[in-house]
Amino acid sequence: MAKIKINGKELEVDPNKNLLEASISAGFDVPYFCWHPKLGSIGSCRQCAVVKYRDENDKVGRVVMSCMEPASEGSIISTEAPQAKEFRANVIEALMTNHPHDCPVCDEGGECHLQDMTVMSGHTNRRFEFEKRTHNNQYLGPFINHEMNRCIQCYRCVRYYRDYAGGDDLNVFSSRNRVYFGRASEGVLESEFSGNLVEVCPTGVFTDKTLKKHHTRKWDLTTAPSICVHCSVGCNTIAGERYGTVRRIYSRYNEQVNGYFLCDRGRFGYEFVNSDQRITKYIIPGSTEGVSKSAAFDFISKSIKGKKVIGVGSPRASLETNFALKQFVGSENFSVGLSKRDYQLAKLAVDTLINGSVKSPSLKDVEKSESVFVLGEDVTQTAPMLALAIRQAIKNLVKPKADKAGIPQWNDAPVREIIQSAHGPLHIAAPVATRLDDVATTTYFSAPENIARLGYAVAHFINTKLVLPSGLTDEVKTLAEKIANDLLSSDKPLIVSGVHCKSSEVIKAASDVATALKSAGKSVSLSYTFEESNSVGVTMLDGKPLEELFDEAKSSKAGVLVIVENDLYRRLGKEKIDAYLSQFEQIIVLDHNETETTAKATVVLPVGTFSEADGTFINQEGRAQRFYQVFVPETDTPESWRRIAELGNATEKPFIENSFFDFTSSVANSLPQFKGIANIAPPPDFKVLGQKVARESIRYSGRTAMKANINIHELKPVNDIDSALSFTMEGYHGEAPSALTTSYWSPGWNSAQAINKYQIEVGGALHGGDPGLRLIEPTVDKESYFQTIPEAFKISAKGLTTVPVYRIFGSEELSTKSPAIIERSGNAFIGLHPADAKRAELKNDDKLEISIGGQLATVNVIIMNELAEGLAGVSAGYKGVNPEMSEVTFKK
Amino acid sequence: MERPLTKNIRPDGKPLFIKEYESLGGYQSVKKALAMQPKEIQELVKKSNLKGRGGAGFNTGLKWSFVPMQGEFEHKYLVANGDEMEPGTFKDRLLIEGNPHQLIEGMIGTAFAIQADEGYIFIRGEYTYAAEVVAKALAEAYEAGYLGNNILKTGYKFNLHLHTSVGRYICGEETALLNSLEGKRANPRAKPPFPQVSGLFGQPTIVNNIETLCNIPHIINNGAEWFNGLSLTPGDGGTKIFGASGKVKKPGLWELPFGVTLRELLEEHAGGMRDGLKFKGCLPGGASTDFLVEQHLDIRMDYASVAAAGSRLGTGTMIVLDDKTCPVGMVLNLEHFFAQESCGFCTPCREGLPWTEKILQKIENGKGEMKDLDILQFHTKFMGPGNTFCALAPGAMAPLQSALKYFREDFELHIKEHKCSWK
Ligand SMILES: Cc1cc2nc3c(=O)[nH]c(=O)nc-3n(C[C@H](O)[C@H](O)[C@H](O)COP(=O)(O)O)c2cc1C
Ligand code: SF4
Ligand code: SF4
Ligand code: SF4
Ligand code: FES
Repeated sequence: MAKIKINGKELEVDPNKNLLEASISAGFDVPYFCWHPKLGSIGSCRQCAVVKYRDENDKVGRVVMSCMEPASEGSIISTEAPQAKEFRANVIEALMTNHPHDCPVCDEGGECHLQDMTVMSGHTNRRFEFEKRTHNNQYLGPFINHEMNRCIQCYRCVRYYRDYAGGDDLNVFSSRNRVYFGRASEGVLESEFSGNLVEVCPTGVFTDKTLKKHHTRKWDLTTAPSICVHCSVGCNTIAGERYGTVRRIYSRYNEQVNGYFLCDRGRFGYEFVNSDQRITKYIIPGSTEGVSKSAAFDFISKSIKGKKVIGVGSPRASLETNFALKQFVGSENFSVGLSKRDYQLAKLAVDTLINGSVKSPSLKDVEKSESVFVLGEDVTQTAPMLALAIRQAIKNLVKPKADKAGIPQWNDAPVREIIQSAHGPLHIAAPVATRLDDVATTTYFSAPENIARLGYAVAHFINTKLVLPSGLTDEVKTLAEKIANDLLSSDKPLIVSGVHCKSSEVIKAASDVATALKSAGKSVSLSYTFEESNSVGVTMLDGKPLEELFDEAKSSKAGVLVIVENDLYRRLGKEKIDAYLSQFEQIIVLDHNETETTAKATVVLPVGTFSEADGTFINQEGRAQRFYQVFVPETDTPESWRRIAELGNATEKPFIENSFFDFTSSVANSLPQFKGIANIAPPPDFKVLGQKVARESIRYSGRTAMKANINIHELKPVNDIDSALSFTMEGYHGEAPSALTTSYWSPGWNSAQAINKYQIEVGGALHGGDPGLRLIEPTVDKESYFQTIPEAFKISAKGLTTVPVYRIFGSEELSTKSPAIIERSGNAFIGLHPADAKRAELKNDDKLEISIGGQLATVNVIIMNELAEGLAGVSAGYKGVNPEMSEVTFKK
Repeated sequence: MERPLTKNIRPDGKPLFIKEYESLGGYQSVKKALAMQPKEIQELVKKSNLKGRGGAGFNTGLKWSFVPMQGEFEHKYLVANGDEMEPGTFKDRLLIEGNPHQLIEGMIGTAFAIQADEGYIFIRGEYTYAAEVVAKALAEAYEAGYLGNNILKTGYKFNLHLHTSVGRYICGEETALLNSLEGKRANPRAKPPFPQVSGLFGQPTIVNNIETLCNIPHIINNGAEWFNGLSLTPGDGGTKIFGASGKVKKPGLWELPFGVTLRELLEEHAGGMRDGLKFKGCLPGGASTDFLVEQHLDIRMDYASVAAAGSRLGTGTMIVLDDKTCPVGMVLNLEHFFAQESCGFCTPCREGLPWTEKILQKIENGKGEMKDLDILQFHTKFMGPGNTFCALAPGAMAPLQSALKYFREDFELHIKEHKCSWK
């Protein structure tokens, strides 16, 4: 710790920080643009000027950029000295010479860092009286809008996009006051993380195009803390609503999980909430137009009476929903909603984490790893933010180079200069080319069996007591040895794998590598990815796979099937599901969007999406996280767990639980694996200064007018019995406990950069700790190995062997109901090795009808050079493609 | 009076190639240097009081001594800065085109002193002839064994390459030069770390001006004492290539000892003002130095004296302003240049220079108001040293702030008469 003085106040600060960070952490307001807690300093904007004094006797001092000065022992600065204040106001004045001042029509207005800093710096009068320079804007795809005239040339966008996220199609062009931030030519931004530009850019150059379509000011949004539903990472989000539609997703800071950022699927996939395929009516047999709620429930209670009821839960439904269904139908009649294979894979991975000796890392832990070995995953497509974290991790091993040269880590450009393109080891073994290959030390592309064999070989070279798979080529042995050495030569190796290549052997091999490293004394971590937002939760809850439930139902003659938030046609082949469903008298489906399954239902009950529901998800790390209802829908779309309770109450099985807190407490109290989840957020009766925490800002406008066309009298606000949040602007607006953050705001800080005020220190943990509770910690210390080495992959004589290929835009169910994501998804495809393609006389973009297990699908051909011969990479999750992914045959 | 730098440059201006150069004693210093200890050479150069001729005037030997001599490095680099885009400056061009081997010889000695194994000669894009000359001389030097992997069979390795700029003034700023050499945008870098520690590709690097480097063979051959003796000013070793442009009778370049007076330069060497014109002022060291005026004519041309007069010796090549040329127009022309050449990295320079230029244009057009002078004055402070990321903008403010000081009535005249009375 270093003793420094800011504005006369003595402080003890971390000398590895700079003076801007130290000042902000200490609560002083210093304006800034180019510095970003995750991107470090470059000293370009000159906005963060303060006066630095040589010593106590120096009364004059000199203006320095606080972001470029270390918080070294004895530093004395003033953020308030007149020279500094004047200079800062002048910098804003200079920036404003070319800024168009179009705040009234700018999407950023009201949450613009430039507006905030302008006010903070005190610049008011414009002396510049000449013409402003103007730019042409570019089309950048369906996610991001571009308005270059607003640019203040802070260089954050390119530093984020290129240096941090690894993109290369956004750049800065030209020079002097014509510098231009965009692409070499118009076109879709290629990075999977482009949406963060919206938050990184301090002004309105890069804005959210999906928000633009139905634009709303920040202060007019009703917002609540939420969790992304589009993969198993569980990024924290703030969802915002107005007039009954969700208008945008913003990142919600959680140091342990997503930090400041989100992936584009998470940010732009939300529009399924507003989809025209939303289910809002009660459907019973004979009525396609819908009936009243009471008619529907009358029908249900009549037709359920005396019948055996079984239930299918879902990895995309909350823990409380799955729990409620399990209670309603009974454990023996509950399915987790996954196919046998998928459930086994998920269970294997979850059990390995629960019973193993290796820790599953948070994304923050991932960022701190020093060497990485990925087995079987294209992480960018399956757990995008994990990939972004891996990108940061591989810089760690080379960072000390900067320390040695005396360059502080926040001094971004010199650190990069000294590191050059060097990075720590990242070894990737996957069936197809991945989006991290550009920074990989080695890549190995082969069938899942061979990936597992490579993994076992690596484990062997870490611990020679383990078996070396027989029949490996010298090449693979050398590779395995190199990977083993790289992992062993860092203190914090990270092993990444998951369920996506549908191979239990890959999951096991990954575990053996991690365990071997653990026994070699490394602080190793093991990160598995799963398919959906609550895959881990539903797996920990336990239940049957679909096949088992349905086969038993046949013999037990169950008559009623309840399916909650699950499209079974995404789990198993069409023929199978058709046959399974045909055995029931009543199929009651609770979902929010129309699916192939709701089309087969006899009864459809509308339920809410994440934005109309409270719930808990458990992410791939094993972290339980709470999400909150954002708004009160005008449609009758309650939470699924509430709907299930209604079902129960309409039959002989009434629920004792009534509110969300009842449900989540029941889960926590009745199931030891979920102990503590009721307390991951304050209870519904929690109050700050006697008030609930408000979902709406104090500036929320139009509340008395917005529904005046329906009723001139303002309706009484709905009381939220489920949470400590209020649905209106009434309530507490200051900083609430971190799990209840509805929006970031602090006096003078209207943009999301107000987050500085919510952190213990800049870029660190939130006050009171980051929300969420890890449910999985390594308990045993003993080494246990799988050592089940598969046979090497053999090219099948019958046809090509399928491996699923994932696309961030296209493979996930809910996001592909959102227009912007649909625009990016493309057609279903089959990837072929060039030799296989040649044999079949196929070339890129050919249209093809493929058959997987007899199920036909039309796909485009993509020649994949990295794919092994004998494999077919089939787009997973695309419409029509058999999710079982067995052998594929095709005719042209 | 000795003129070590230019004595061998042929009167016809044709370059001196290797045979001729060797016959005049060329490359002697290489043999001598390779027999010395690197630190010894550094010490020698430090004692010689050779100061950087690129404008900043920092002791060259001292600068070299910051290069780490212990430890493992992929490479160490030496870069010759021949960007020379400073308006009014053309001294390096003379040295390159007239005697390219002198530069190469100086670079070999320098490289050995810091144990660099790779070198670049960075030449202004428009200097196509100079680039041709250097390319030929480099080939000759490789051929003769002065460059390469085993120089003069001593085992010392130094490979030297030519790089031509695409033509930006900021490429002359040493750290922007390094970025440009790496193929990146020519934005300056933060200092610290200094190039000596983390320069080209993050490796220890020395960037020296062409003229600086051309002095090295002579210092190695003749010693520090001799070098100090060349100068009239104690503490500033050697000679300097001074120059003059503007409406003088004989614009040109002259190698002279430090400490000659401005008057001598102007009147004896530049031949005085053209007939009918009077001296109004001059920028003594290129466009980015402050005006000196009549009252300064007797100051000595060395670092300290020029600084004491409120300007900088800079590159030592002055631009002379006469009484029939509009000072506002001249400053406008310069600020136009600087505004064009701003790299666009930091706010005050990127936005402030075009603003400055626009105001000067307004005044020149007869539309100026008195408040504009205050805004100009403000800019000279706003873009002052420390406020901007590199020295371009403070340099750009030098002629403006001194013009406002010495020629204020000329600015006011434009405003009062609503026109430029020089037109
Ligand atoms: C805007 C700007 C332009 C410069 N241009 C040149 C140049 O063209 N040639 C040069 O030698 N130095 C130039 N310099 C100075 C260099 O940054 C550096 O100080 C010099 O090359 C060091 O060499 P020296 O120590 O031998 O003088 C420039 C500096 C600035 C700020
Ligand atoms: S586009 Fe935005 S982030 Fe990029 S330089 Fe301009 S203001 Fe900064
Ligand atoms: S990584 Fe996953 S959880 Fe995070 S934003 Fe993307 S889709 Fe959502
Ligand atoms: S002062 Fe700033 S904008 Fe100007 S050239 Fe230097 S770094 Fe670039
Ligand atoms: S924040 Fe310090 S210079 Fe930009």
